[in-house]
Amino acid sequence: MSLELGKSAYSVEIKQLDLAFGAVKVLQGLDLNINEGEFLVLLGSSGCGKSTLLNCIAGLLEITDGQIWIKGQNVTWAEPSERGIGMVFQSYALYPQMTVKGNLSFGLKNAKLPKDEIEKRVARAAEILQIEPLLNRKPGALSGGQRQRVAIGRALVRDVDVFLFDEPLSNLDAKLRVDLRVELKRLHNQLQNTMIYVTHDQVEAMTLADRIAVMKGGAIMQLGTPDEIYNKPRNLYVADFIGSPSMNFLEGHFEDGRFTVDDMVMPMTGYDFAAPQTANRPAVIGIRPEHVVTGELVRNTPLRYKVDVDLVEPMGSDTLVYAKLGRHIFRIRMDGQAVVQAGETIEIGVDPSRASLFDKATEDRL
Amino acid sequence: MADIAMTGPRGPKPKKRFSRTNIFLYGTLIMISMYYLLPLYVMIVTSLKGMPEIRLGNVFGPPLEITYEPWVKAWSEACTGVNCDGLSRGFWNSVNILIPSVVLSIAIASVNGYALSNWKFKGSEVFFTILILGAFIPYQTMIYPIVIMLREIGLMGDLGGLVLVHSVFGMPILTLLFRNYFTSVPEELFKAARVDGAGFWRIYFQIMLPMALPIFVVAVILQVTGIWNDFLFGVIYTKPATYPMTVQLNNIVNSVQGVKEYNVNMAATLLTGLVPLVIYFLSGKLFVRGIAAGAVKG
Repeated sequence: MSLELGKSAYSVEIKQLDLAFGAVKVLQGLDLNINEGEFLVLLGSSGCGKSTLLNCIAGLLEITDGQIWIKGQNVTWAEPSERGIGMVFQSYALYPQMTVKGNLSFGLKNAKLPKDEIEKRVARAAEILQIEPLLNRKPGALSGGQRQRVAIGRALVRDVDVFLFDEPLSNLDAKLRVDLRVELKRLHNQLQNTMIYVTHDQVEAMTLADRIAVMKGGAIMQLGTPDEIYNKPRNLYVADFIGSPSMNFLEGHFEDGRFTVDDMVMPMTGYDFAAPQTANRPAVIGIRPEHVVTGELVRNTPLRYKVDVDLVEPMGSDTLVYAKLGRHIFRIRMDGQAVVQAGETIEIGVDPSRASLFDKATEDRL
Repeated sequence: MADIAMTGPRGPKPKKRFSRTNIFLYGTLIMISMYYLLPLYVMIVTSLKGMPEIRLGNVFGPPLEITYEPWVKAWSEACTGVNCDGLSRGFWNSVNILIPSVVLSIAIASVNGYALSNWKFKGSEVFFTILILGAFIPYQTMIYPIVIMLREIGLMGDLGGLVLVHSVFGMPILTLLFRNYFTSVPEELFKAARVDGAGFWRIYFQIMLPMALPIFVVAVILQVTGIWNDFLFGVIYTKPATYPMTVQLNNIVNSVQGVKEYNVNMAATLLTGLVPLVIYFLSGKLFVRGIAAGAVKG
């Protein structure tokens, strides 16, 4: 693929984006490049600025400073409809007085497309989303899943380069959410459009994303593939935010390649340090509950501890065990078939190469 | 068997018809209804009596002999000043004032409300506050300044001038009404329309307007009753030939010459009150729904 002159390799570029509401700075100096055909998820808890960023990209919020480029065009001052984007909202935002067909064709009529072209595009979108039998119904007569499908269709007919999703599945019930998530992934595979997807649901983020941008306080904490985000969180915030049940943290000291907490010493053999020379300092170790091994497998791990089981939560597919490791409560994820009872003492094994080590002061990964 | 085990209370609890709550509730309702309906009843029966019968003084008694003469007289023969063509002249004047005032004020206020809730601009909140402040200033303080303004633009005594005054005075409360209604419309709907390439007017006419029917009904009722029943502006800003119905009614009822024709006065008053009443009965259901729709978010 050859690059045309002046044409960017990126689908969406956000350069030094600032957004302030009065004195409140919501986004500050934000940079983000999104590749052609990429599925990027903006992930964060509420109030982190993820939806705000999406609205800026859509042109629904006027930015304070910086630039937004889409498909090599500076669209900073462009109207939402001129940016080549389609947007899907959490509340579906279907026009209640129009039929499904009316909803799908509204944007095309505004763009003054010829009638047969509108018909063609509506038919194609309806076919892709399997909503053909619903075309003459009003949104009030549709179920939640059908409504969201129509909302996706409204973005689809516009034949745009970039799809923006603002928590599209949050209003659906749990089962439907999983179904539609799968459909969305299939849709992305089929269309190969750039998609930017805002969610607070880490499962959606992990399953859908090519890359995830974890946001906090208007800044991107980490941008990486789901694998990187999960296995090598760049700082304590990301480590704590990703994973359910969340990571176990132990505060201690890092010294000469070993991590010590109270009287336990963990040699960090096999750990992939971010910087080759790591000085001694107060540190925090993070161990995911699912990376703690029990039973026969303990023999294969370099670090072994005896723990007292405090509480057992059977969840069907697996069992969550709360155990006392010294003065700390440690979460361990075991097999659903595992037979454990409170009060028992079990042996656990930890592999330091799968743990994460953070500087206590800066909270960054070591 | 099951029915052996199930003794004692079963199923819905029986309700007492003449419980204290019911007696109190319906007693209050009946008394309040009487309070409002009795004068209306007196008006109706009096308007159907002839003057000799009224002089007998039996105010609450039904007419011994029903006559429609007073109604005819009130509509087409009663004298106000030099004109002796009854209320009919005032009725048509009122219609001519009412329709343009209602249409104009609602058209402007709905666009105001839409702009103030969806297209916020710098200072729009201040603008809105100032506008709402207008609803709290007594009309009487503005009467004379408006006289001067109307005189300067040459609309004093003209129906157009009165239409203008009614439209302006309806603005604060109507704008508030529409703004609150449009604020309750989900913001994402507006955003979706913008992404779909619709501008200010297209969103207003194609998205917002069809959703705002209930609040339009509320606005129409408020304006129709308010403007139709207005007396103060009507008497000040028009001249005898263009007096609205309420002013004419006053002139008929309060005329000091000749015999007081109570039956004609009652008929005239009922005729004047008929238009808001008809509007209310025609759209009562929509009115209640509109009030609720404006109040509940979502």
